[in-house]
Amino acid sequence: MTVAASFEIRFTRYLLPDGREAADLPSFASDPRALVPDYRAMVFMRALDAKAVAMQRTGQIGTYASTLGKEAIDAGIGRVLHKEDVLLPSYRESGVLMLRGVSPHRTLLYWGGDERGNVFPESPRDFPFNVPIGTQLPHAAGVAYAMKLRKEPRVALVMCGDGATSKGDFYEAMNAAGVWQLPLVIVAVNNHYAISVPRHMQTKAQTIAQKAIAAGIDCEQVDGNDLIAVRDGVGRAVEKARTGGGPTLVEALTYRLSDHTTADDATRYRSAEEVAQHWKEEPILRLRTWLHAKGAWAQEQEQALAKDAAVHVQKMVQAYLETPPPGPEQMFEHLYASLPKQYIGQVTQLTEEAESHVEHHAG
Amino acid sequence: MSNITLVEGINLALTRAMQDDESVVVLGEDVGLNGGVFRATAGLQQRFGRERVADTPLAEGLIAGMAVGMAAEGLKPVAEIQFAGFAYLAIDQILNHAGRLRHRTQGRLSCPMVLRTPCGAGIHAPEHHSESPEAMFAHIPGIRVVYPSSPAKAYGLLLAAIQDPDPVVFLEPSRLYRRFKEEVVDDGAPLPLDKAFVVREGTDVTFVAWGAMLHEALEAADELAADGLFAEVIDLATLKPIDFDTVLASVKKTGRCVVITEAPRTCSLASEISANISEQALLNLLAPVERVTAFDTVTPMFRLEEKYMPDSARIIAAARKVMEYQ
Repeated sequence: MTVAASFEIRFTRYLLPDGREAADLPSFASDPRALVPDYRAMVFMRALDAKAVAMQRTGQIGTYASTLGKEAIDAGIGRVLHKEDVLLPSYRESGVLMLRGVSPHRTLLYWGGDERGNVFPESPRDFPFNVPIGTQLPHAAGVAYAMKLRKEPRVALVMCGDGATSKGDFYEAMNAAGVWQLPLVIVAVNNHYAISVPRHMQTKAQTIAQKAIAAGIDCEQVDGNDLIAVRDGVGRAVEKARTGGGPTLVEALTYRLSDHTTADDATRYRSAEEVAQHWKEEPILRLRTWLHAKGAWAQEQEQALAKDAAVHVQKMVQAYLETPPPGPEQMFEHLYASLPKQYIGQVTQLTEEAESHVEHHAG
Repeated sequence: MSNITLVEGINLALTRAMQDDESVVVLGEDVGLNGGVFRATAGLQQRFGRERVADTPLAEGLIAGMAVGMAAEGLKPVAEIQFAGFAYLAIDQILNHAGRLRHRTQGRLSCPMVLRTPCGAGIHAPEHHSESPEAMFAHIPGIRVVYPSSPAKAYGLLLAAIQDPDPVVFLEPSRLYRRFKEEVVDDGAPLPLDKAFVVREGTDVTFVAWGAMLHEALEAADELAADGLFAEVIDLATLKPIDFDTVLASVKKTGRCVVITEAPRTCSLASEISANISEQALLNLLAPVERVTAFDTVTPMFRLEEKYMPDSARIIAAARKVMEYQ
């Protein structure tokens, strides 16, 4: 017997959970002050996230999927993508969208039950939040195909969770990206839970990254709680894709510190001890400790940042609350480029009902 | 002007669309060098290259999902699903994404794609190769469903589907692919979508049909005419949205209607059409609307397919029933 194929999976980590350096840093991190904007973005993401959870609890938005614990992944990806690239998010990627320039009040609108939460004037080619698991991966292959066909130096970056990697869509897209060497980067955010089902029940594979081996494409694991590792790993994958080097799967290891959504209660399926253990590895404290140690960040700045974040979050909340609900005719407005006349009767019925409802209440 | 078959009409429309608009791309299983298992894409890859006529890995969900991504990014993909029986895997992408991308982004992104697939029975094909899923597609908001019945309709309606800014599921009657020829002018002119065609005028009963069943309806109309009964025959052509104006105008004239579909009866488009006629033309009716459909069974393997598909005899029986109703 001979060996027909073998593989190894690289794991990248620069910062240990306690903020000490685990390896020589990549050049973009040689001046720690250059990473302060990333840190600020991460703190803002967490502040907005906490507010969104509170707003769900008080009935101001609907079910919300928290981003708690994945801030380094979102900030790192947001930092390495170019404006002209296309992001295809799942439903938990509001942090990346913020760095794409999309006003965070859109996130509140989306979870507040309003399609206008998917209107991204600041990043108009990016895909909307994607709730069905993994279905965005074939879209990403199509987007990347279009970019390659037109010989554009652009990249499609698609994000999914560990649960999505069990779906055919994940493998089908990865496989196609390999065949055509598409400019596609897949980031599998492994937060160790698909609602209640833990990572080890999702697959027997030692890593999620290695699923790419079967598709013949490059892959690696990064510590998703280490901003420098995310920027390095995803950044290399994005630039490789941009310069014709083909697709990559990056598995970003993190831990979902929140419930799956506000409709979930994670205490039903995991222990407080387990969660407490993972809080010791969370990304914001790790980066802050490192920045402190490097003299790039001071306690006074932390207080000022917390204040800034609170003010900005409040502005976003205001922008959301001041957006009046859409009129009922919105259901038909963008159903087709122009509404076939066959549906005009239904629009009339809807608007007449709305008017008689108003009259009823006025009367 | 050339005398061509329906599948040649498809090929001619694809060629014309790819020639006129470089954003049009074709993708699917075996569509490249092989030209598709029915040869609908024959010669396209040789002419337009491997990037614009792409053989995909064997995965229907991928084909539909990639088309969504391509369309959102500005291409006009024409995706082929090899047989309708395999299109069910694509329904997730059509329902959850193609049909709602424009709405859920409030017009920011759109999905000008076409999903073509041969469907229907009558060609002695293996199991799962003879399905009639048009009602399932017609139930999906935000898309169009188109079903040609002749070479000229295939050419003009496919051009229209490719030019349409929204997703179109384009169902092709495989039984008619090579059944007859028709003169088709390759002038690049689309036929109108959302519009039914009166293909034969009559006074006594209205037949509504599409695809292969249109020809059963025409055959029935011929036989009835010999007995002095004159059926008006409508080719529905676009199954979503349905041109009820044309259907209702005809029913108001004849007072009787038989709707014919090759698909199973329950929740079929025949049921939808019948319901609309009841709602909007009840007092014009001289008899209840009759549905001539396949049975509520699975599509049988081909030894029984002739018994499964409605034929002109069943249509004639239904026509006599509505004529004799008192």
